[in-house]
Amino acid sequence: MLDFVQQLVSGIALGCVYGLIALGFVLIYKATEVVNFAQGDLMMLGGFFAFTFIGILGLNYWIGFLGAVIAMAAFGMLAERLVVRPILGYPQFTIVMATIGLGFFLRSVAGMIWGTDDLKIDTPFSQGVLRLGGLVLAHDKLSVIAATLLLCLLLYLFFNKTTLGTAMRASSENMLAAYYMGIPVKRVVSIVWAISAAVATAAGVLLAPITFIHSNVGLVLGLKAFPAAVLGGFGSIPGALVGGVLIGVIESMAGFYLPQGWKDVAPYIVLLSVLLLKPEGIFGLHVRKKV
Amino acid sequence: MKFLFKTDYEDDIRLFPHSGYLWTYGTLLILIAAAPHFLSSYLVSQLVFVSIYAIVGVALLILTGFTGQASLGHAAFLAIGAYTTAYLQQFGVPFPVYFLTAGLLTGIIGAIVGFPALRLHGIYLVIATISFALIVEEILARWESVTHGNEGLRVKTIQMLGTTVPRDSPGFYYLCMGVLIFVILGAINLLRSPTGRAFVAIRDSETAAKSMGINVSLYKVKSFAISAAITGLAGCLFAHKLSFISPEMFTLQLSIEFIMVILIGGAFSLHGAVLGAIFIVMVDPFLTFLKDDIPGAIANLSLLLGAGAERAAAIEKSSAAFASANGLKGAIYGFLIMAFILFEPLGLYGRWLKIKLFFQLFPLYKRATFKRQKIYVKSERNR
Repeated sequence: MLDFVQQLVSGIALGCVYGLIALGFVLIYKATEVVNFAQGDLMMLGGFFAFTFIGILGLNYWIGFLGAVIAMAAFGMLAERLVVRPILGYPQFTIVMATIGLGFFLRSVAGMIWGTDDLKIDTPFSQGVLRLGGLVLAHDKLSVIAATLLLCLLLYLFFNKTTLGTAMRASSENMLAAYYMGIPVKRVVSIVWAISAAVATAAGVLLAPITFIHSNVGLVLGLKAFPAAVLGGFGSIPGALVGGVLIGVIESMAGFYLPQGWKDVAPYIVLLSVLLLKPEGIFGLHVRKKV
Repeated sequence: MKFLFKTDYEDDIRLFPHSGYLWTYGTLLILIAAAPHFLSSYLVSQLVFVSIYAIVGVALLILTGFTGQASLGHAAFLAIGAYTTAYLQQFGVPFPVYFLTAGLLTGIIGAIVGFPALRLHGIYLVIATISFALIVEEILARWESVTHGNEGLRVKTIQMLGTTVPRDSPGFYYLCMGVLIFVILGAINLLRSPTGRAFVAIRDSETAAKSMGINVSLYKVKSFAISAAITGLAGCLFAHKLSFISPEMFTLQLSIEFIMVILIGGAFSLHGAVLGAIFIVMVDPFLTFLKDDIPGAIANLSLLLGAGAERAAAIEKSSAAFASANGLKGAIYGFLIMAFILFEPLGLYGRWLKIKLFFQLFPLYKRATFKRQKIYVKSERNR
């Protein structure tokens, strides 16, 4: 029984990681109906930025964290300006390919700049362990869970309660109509990329003690975050969290109870079955098209 | 400018619209046939890769370019073709049989993948095909009794009509080129048949296609099956060319390379598959050239510009370090994808058409002729 609970808890912690990355997908999807395949790589880059500020320049952890988030928000805006804005309004797959190209590029360039070794950041959460009865919980995992919950709540409120959030939802629904209503769609898209890059950075820095920072971390985790986002219903913020946790738990259970090899495949099998049975996901909207 | 005056439906679907085509393609055929006699063996071997990539490119064009169904899982189809080849070969099955079996089996699996894809479109389809490819990759690594897992499988040379065809012989080159030409002719024929017209109709508007009486599901599955089958044939050739296959060869990166083939070549015409394949395969020789010759050239240039010998040596060293950096290929690929989407969305073949039109209409060419229309999609969630 204890084994089960331990697996469950570590699955939830892992799931929150996927949820954090999926949150980035969902944000950009919610505002522009584009899936950003470079999301994982933004996370990787955020980790490297934080490493540069904290590990190399020797700044305080929190200042370095904040610095990385701000720098990456600016970088997200830059990437949007250079790569996405010129092709806004073209078919979805075109933009998806452009973000795949961006991811490729960032991955390789980061490998060239920071090398291919695993890097580590010393964080205030690296050492401690919380014991609850027989249960062992590392502080770094707890910090990921707490941060995910907090970010989800903040972003949910942002999208549903603020004017800017409403403008973002409107521009995803119908870009041209949003223009007519006086929404500065270009600036909205730019801001959402900045927010998404900032969320990715937060994920990257929090993950640093768990997965370390290397140039491929974004690809590996980014591919796992897709099932999370789809399961929750692309475009739903609570959905990203729930989907992420479900995928994390499924993966960790499959690793423990099923033969070797199932662990890596289980999320994708779940993904394919969700797409087959309920393509709109758990929290997704399903509206029939009127012709 | 040459005007083609069509008086008949037959004129419209003719394989060679006028005699000029016969001349151009005849010359090209002669050049292809003569290539092994005047090109170095390295370049001939690169041409074999070009033909394999071009076959996959044609397959992807049928699915993505003409039916409008995106796929990032074609490396998996290639892997299934390659592993079928290696597996059947162990039992002494002759080449023509396992070559066709590879295509057939991959086609059937493609159709099976196509069924779930019926309900999906756009981004969901991309994600579904990626997951399919990842699952296949994992199965190849784990199903050790058939695939030998991560140790990989050796592929023996082709035995056909009593002779062997080694993988770097002109015979193998002719085989690959023959398959490529056969596949391209088949694709042209497919596209001027009712099936091909249905594919294009589905790409342009599913709703309109449905209301014209096209069975959308049937044709989508057909498109998947045909595309997968062609990729399976390419997989068989790929396995023979490499003579050794293992799961880590068929990664997501390979699928992306295949998409790049049609993206760079131009995703609206079969010419694009061949041009894109040439471009992608030539990235490797270009990188070698970059590593071997460019640092010396830069150093000589800096000497000419008046830098000291020591400084020139330092420049040579640092540029050599840059050219042989690990991730350079990935960075170049990423840059190419973005650059082509942003600046040359119609690809190399589109550029060729633009140049041709420029001279045909000189001095009346307008840049706006090829401008893409922005469509500002409404939400795809409400489809």
